[in-house]
Amino acid sequence: MDLLNALVAFGNFVFVPAVAYGSQLALGALAVTLIYGILRFSNFAHGDTMALGTMVTIIATWGLQSVGISLGPLPTALFAIPVGIAFTAVLVLGTDRLVYRFYRKQKVAPVIMVIVSIGVMFIYNGLTRLVLGPDDQNFADGERFLISARDFKAMTGLSEGLAIRTTQVLTVVTAILVVAALFWFLNRTRTGKSMRAYSDNEDLALLSGIDPERVVRVTWIIVAALATIAGVLYGLDKTYKPFTYFQLVLPIFAAAIVGGLGSPLGAIAGGFVIAFSEVAITYAWKKVLVYALPEPLEPSGLMQLLSTDYKFAVSFVILVIVLLFRPTGLFKGKSV
Amino acid sequence: MKKMLLATAVSALYAGGAFAAGHASEAKIGVILGFTGPIESLTPAMADSAEFAIKEVNESGQFLDGVTLVPVRGDSTCGDAAAGSAAAERLITADGVVAIMGADCSGVTGAILSNVALPNGVPMISPSATSPGLSTVEDNGLFFRTSPSDARQGEVLAGVLGTNGVTSVAVTYQNSDYGKGLSDSFIAAFEAAGGSITLSAPHEDNKADYSAEIAALASAGGDVLVVLGYADAGGKGMIQAASDTGAFDTFMLGDGMYGDALLADLGDVLEGSYGVVPWSEGEGTDKFNELATAAGIEAGSAYTRESYDAGALIALAMAKGGEVSSAAVAANVLDVANAPGEPILPGELGKALEIIKAGGDVDYVGATNVELIGPGEAAGTYRHYAIKGGAFETVEIR
Repeated sequence: MDLLNALVAFGNFVFVPAVAYGSQLALGALAVTLIYGILRFSNFAHGDTMALGTMVTIIATWGLQSVGISLGPLPTALFAIPVGIAFTAVLVLGTDRLVYRFYRKQKVAPVIMVIVSIGVMFIYNGLTRLVLGPDDQNFADGERFLISARDFKAMTGLSEGLAIRTTQVLTVVTAILVVAALFWFLNRTRTGKSMRAYSDNEDLALLSGIDPERVVRVTWIIVAALATIAGVLYGLDKTYKPFTYFQLVLPIFAAAIVGGLGSPLGAIAGGFVIAFSEVAITYAWKKVLVYALPEPLEPSGLMQLLSTDYKFAVSFVILVIVLLFRPTGLFKGKSV
Repeated sequence: MKKMLLATAVSALYAGGAFAAGHASEAKIGVILGFTGPIESLTPAMADSAEFAIKEVNESGQFLDGVTLVPVRGDSTCGDAAAGSAAAERLITADGVVAIMGADCSGVTGAILSNVALPNGVPMISPSATSPGLSTVEDNGLFFRTSPSDARQGEVLAGVLGTNGVTSVAVTYQNSDYGKGLSDSFIAAFEAAGGSITLSAPHEDNKADYSAEIAALASAGGDVLVVLGYADAGGKGMIQAASDTGAFDTFMLGDGMYGDALLADLGDVLEGSYGVVPWSEGEGTDKFNELATAAGIEAGSAYTRESYDAGALIALAMAKGGEVSSAAVAANVLDVANAPGEPILPGELGKALEIIKAGGDVDYVGATNVELIGPGEAAGTYRHYAIKGGAFETVEIR
């Protein structure tokens, strides 16, 4: 019984949140890694691209809610995501036309592109604040819990509760679907193959007649879709506040680099590595250990490695360790 | 031509003299509040209330043989200590204010006090800075406040837990001067009363996700989670995360968590929780609400009563000292605020001035039952409320 309680406490406070958070990071890291593989720069504007896509989705959700359309137990925002993706795609394609293409033609060094993307980040950030403001927005509706802690306790008779929110399940399911679709696209379709070829060897790809501008356009559209989906899932599961998306850039980059920049599979693995490390290292293990260990071994302290204030520091440390010992990441991506 | 010049010079001199004479019958009071920044929605009503008191004094015509008090506003920004100090410096050196009603937030108030008010010898009466640190700060007798210190609130919170029979709690506080000060004083009071704190952990505002913070607190355990933060920021997020994971069912809320929006946002999560908020009731409060509302001021807003009292105390202290000077205010605030003397309610400032002129004593009661204790701060009364049926219900005033 005690062991079960330990497992449930672990699931409630570590496993479930980390899986949901890891899926959100994986989607973000996938987009970052795609841009790095094909456009060859680190896109710092990604966090704010997510915020912008989510913003449009939120506005569309409000529109749907006001005319009384809902998805029953599921959040209405799912219905509004295509609008957000369409808008974000137009926006990033426009940005590429106006800004990135100019520098790409000049074949500037990647670091200049990074600085350019930081400029774009500020513009996007300002745009979001101008339209929706800096405050948090609540757009989640539908059923909040799949199982609430109270129901779980009543059902099982355990003293620990396990809460699973609808949005957490939704995040994981959506992430699996999106990742499957993306891998199918990259491995099975002609456009996907041309993208991979372009990423592997630009000159060879050009020689074999691949249109580079087309590859870039398709990449941006995929990135817009990934950013909007990841942003909406994060906003539904947690809260939507433009500033927090800006802060997400750090763990997302850590995930992409840990997995190996340019490697889609690595991005997903990296997302979960970062999420589990962040949650597990800042979790106070006292409760779980008290249940799991025999009485004489029970800890009296909190058994917390790092205070939760240092959550972001965990991504930094992992980033530094990976860059020092395995610069190409876990899945042999490009070295930074 | 010479005569013409002379005449011009003489008339200029004369005009200058007249100007100076006009100045002598005017005394400027600085109103330094955060007109921009995190509490910009509260400050207009606070400034209006302070200026309402000053206007009342002027209209009575009893103030120091016809001296007119002129309020001058300055922006403390609430958060930016450098900008707040610069605004105070300007009011003192350029406008020549003799006393300051303000500032508002604890951090910026401390900065203005030590950087500007102390070197210039100008007294300050803050209506809303509640940090316990301001009780012990070096002030040369220049700093007063009409709001109670959070040291007092800590004791009240501990008392409320005692009433509810709770002996073991976890504490989370906003990572700021306010949150840290309040949690320190609460923990000291609660432990002195025999209670135990399982964990006291800070939280940052503006995070998307508080589940990690809640996980640590849940692991530590405790019957009640004490939330000392702000209702529209991290405090709300902490409560939401705690109820989502089933970590805590009952919460005790500090004064920053009081607001109808919180109840509306969190629904029945807060059912059965309780908290405290500074409160004043009685004849003076009613009188102020009636007068201020009639004058078109949003009287029910936070800290309006304290602001009115701060403005009134400056004027009365100056009258008691018999001159327009900073020293007169600093020396006489405690005298006019406390017994003995004739009790003075809002709207009776003219009567108070008459009594002072006749050499009598006044005991300013004002809108918040002003009683300045210790280093010149309000003793303060708090409302202990419980949340029942989606509404705040008063349990007692303590």
